[in-house]
Amino acid sequence: MKKHIYLLLIASVAIWSCSKNDEEFLDRPSTSILTQEQIFSDPKTTLSVLADLYNRYYDFGTVEDWASLAGFNVAYWSEAGRYPEFQNDGWGYGAWGTWDYAYIREINLFLERCSEATELTEEDKTRFLAEARFLRASYYFEMVKRMGGVPLILESETYDFSGDASYLQHPRETEAAIYDFVISEAEALKDILPNDANTKSRATKGAVLAMQARAALYAASIAKYGATTPQVSLPGGEVGIPASRANEYYTKALEASEAIINGEAGGYGLYTKKPDLSENFSSIFYDKANNPEAIFVEDYLVGGGKTHGYTIVNQPRFGAEEEEGGRINPSLQFVQSFELLDGTYAPLENEVGGAPVYFDNIGDIFQGRDARLAGTVILPGSKFKSTDVDIWAGVVLADGSVVSGDSRGQQKELPGMTGQVQVVGFDGPIDGLEFTAQTGFYIRKYQDPATGSGRRGTQSDVWFIRYRYAEVLLNAAEAAFELNQPELAAEYLNDVRERAGLTVPLTAADVTFDKIVHERYVELAFEGLHFFDLKRWRLAHVILDGNPISPEEVTENIGVATKRETQPYNIWPYKYYNPGDANDGKWLYRINRLSRITGSDRFRLGNYYSEIGQGLINNNPKLVRNPNQ
Amino acid sequence: MKVKFYILALLVLAVSASCELDNFNEPDADFTGNIVYEGQAIPVARNQVRFELWQSGYGSPAPIDVAIAQDGSFSSRLFSGDYKLIFLPGEGPFRASSDTLYFNLSGNKTMDLNVTPYYMIRGAQFSQSSGTVSGTCGVDQIITGANGRAVERVTLVINRTQFVDTNSGGEGSIAQVDADLSDLSNLSMSVDIPEDAKKPDQDYIFARIGVKVEGIEDMIYTPVEKLNL
Repeated sequence: MKKHIYLLLIASVAIWSCSKNDEEFLDRPSTSILTQEQIFSDPKTTLSVLADLYNRYYDFGTVEDWASLAGFNVAYWSEAGRYPEFQNDGWGYGAWGTWDYAYIREINLFLERCSEATELTEEDKTRFLAEARFLRASYYFEMVKRMGGVPLILESETYDFSGDASYLQHPRETEAAIYDFVISEAEALKDILPNDANTKSRATKGAVLAMQARAALYAASIAKYGATTPQVSLPGGEVGIPASRANEYYTKALEASEAIINGEAGGYGLYTKKPDLSENFSSIFYDKANNPEAIFVEDYLVGGGKTHGYTIVNQPRFGAEEEEGGRINPSLQFVQSFELLDGTYAPLENEVGGAPVYFDNIGDIFQGRDARLAGTVILPGSKFKSTDVDIWAGVVLADGSVVSGDSRGQQKELPGMTGQVQVVGFDGPIDGLEFTAQTGFYIRKYQDPATGSGRRGTQSDVWFIRYRYAEVLLNAAEAAFELNQPELAAEYLNDVRERAGLTVPLTAADVTFDKIVHERYVELAFEGLHFFDLKRWRLAHVILDGNPISPEEVTENIGVATKRETQPYNIWPYKYYNPGDANDGKWLYRINRLSRITGSDRFRLGNYYSEIGQGLINNNPKLVRNPNQ
Repeated sequence: MKVKFYILALLVLAVSASCELDNFNEPDADFTGNIVYEGQAIPVARNQVRFELWQSGYGSPAPIDVAIAQDGSFSSRLFSGDYKLIFLPGEGPFRASSDTLYFNLSGNKTMDLNVTPYYMIRGAQFSQSSGTVSGTCGVDQIITGANGRAVERVTLVINRTQFVDTNSGGEGSIAQVDADLSDLSNLSMSVDIPEDAKKPDQDYIFARIGVKVEGIEDMIYTPVEKLNL
């Protein structure tokens, strides 16, 4: 009987639950997925989609990946796992490639969906669309720099599952066409985007003009200097720009740069807030309050969920907030290329006629140079976060022999002395010991002086500057120089050089190609721009020619654009120990090459444009391979 | 009983896993030869010059790179089948036919590939005395006219190992010197053997001469010569 009751109950439940409103009942809005309409009806949600697109912006160099800022032997990498980078002889053809059409597609989808939106205000919508177009142009710019001409896809495409995908296969545009696209998008967007110098991390008129200037300058120099390497081109123009277009692009570059310089995009200018010129220079990169120099940045926020570990991996090892740091060690060649204050080049004078020069203080050898040196590099005898660095390699005895240690700050007994004394700095340099200043230097640029920036639990929120005013000035100077206006070029160069403390202004006659190359090298080092400078001037295969650098040539030809850059050298401070001698306790310097550096980089012609993978060509046979690969 | 069952199951697995379908024969054919001009092999730098082989019929196509050795020879172990051979434009110190070469491989095959170098090095002579290596040679222009290219430099390279070239940095050369190019038919150069206390003494050294052609990355060399000190 009990069984029957249960059956009856189940049957009744089954019957009652079948109401005719079933469909309505089950059709519930999702609580975890937003529909397209929901997103594009509210400016906040639309902005968060856009924020994702901003977040996926491609940078060649970024503070999130320290090695990307320090390549091409401008620095040695003081991390044991990275030594092989200095033991090989170059790069694969696929290096630096990028081919993210998924990103392009999502920007295209955003543009299509946002323009169909009905509930956004016209003002919001215009700005969102312009920003997305800026991001798309930025990525095409990034692709053309690395790959040459690429297929230009400006709307989202959908596969129809017909079994024939050939209508989705697009050939590569010419390199010039992609640059033209970037320049024309900038032209179209500059008057739509806000004219506001205080907006740094979203697209503004300043950002788009800076992009335009840079793109036009790159295109111009590829047109002009590409003529020296006719092998680096393709018959269809996918790589290489005709030399006849150089002037047109240089003119555009100058025009766009001058629009920023003349204040058309808001109050941008050089950062000159601090009296100490070196400190002033390093502050450009971490002072985020009313910084007139930064035009477009990737911003971070401690406590806001977006931080990076650049300071953790590069902080001076002695007194570091974690048991690591010191990875980027700028090379001797980089340090010596900073001019003396009167604008002349000079090697670091560690020897005269074979005899060592003795200095009273450890940092004296670096005195009297371009203020950007101490602003870019942590030199021996300088400070970081108000703490002295302890960079010295050992003790030199009267007979010239060296007493040193193989652990940081090691103590040993010196001849004629009882008890042990420290014979090597707590920051090294010790050959082969990672995180010590193996070239004798640490990097300062982009290091965050805030407490906790070197702690893994806190990290740093120093921004990464993609476009800054000094680069705009240098772009203008280069374009003016190439357009035969050396007076104008000198004027713009002098603006930048004056801030660096150089006392003798350049005259029109002083402005040469080598001077332009040099100025960009020292001003824009470790900002991810050096590589593209080498590429567009077609200098990469000249200075990275695969030959080792001899100790004699390393100090020669400073400031010459074609100076070999295949290996980084180091210069180490030593303390002189010779009681009774006048020089006892003074400092001397020795130039050397680290034992881990056994290779020398060779940039092959096929490296100028990254390889388009065989998989991509199989999927789309219309893609032409890049030359010399 | 249970144990036997497991054994049976394992047996079935083992038999079915080693299915004929999965098993390819190993590559069975040696493809060897030289790149030649008028029957003479053209020495180049080690692992710098290559050509591509394409075998059709196996999924998505991908090239098989064949690198040319120092003495101008190449060898590759391949599956039997039909192949296409392509010289990439701009590769090598020579002009190769831009036509694709089709050939069938079944078993070992030796094939010389004819190319036209920009220059040939003639009559190279090496000598050494008291720590100095000297070399003389003449350079003969092969490609003239519109496609001709000038000599950028002629270099004598020496190395402690038999791998000698200017491209491999410290691995390929311990010293090199460029010749004066005023008379291309009669070039001479000499270079001192550098001393390196860190390396053991050896009573021989290897030398060769290379010609760099303007606008061409790869150099053309003489065969490597071993000199007894």
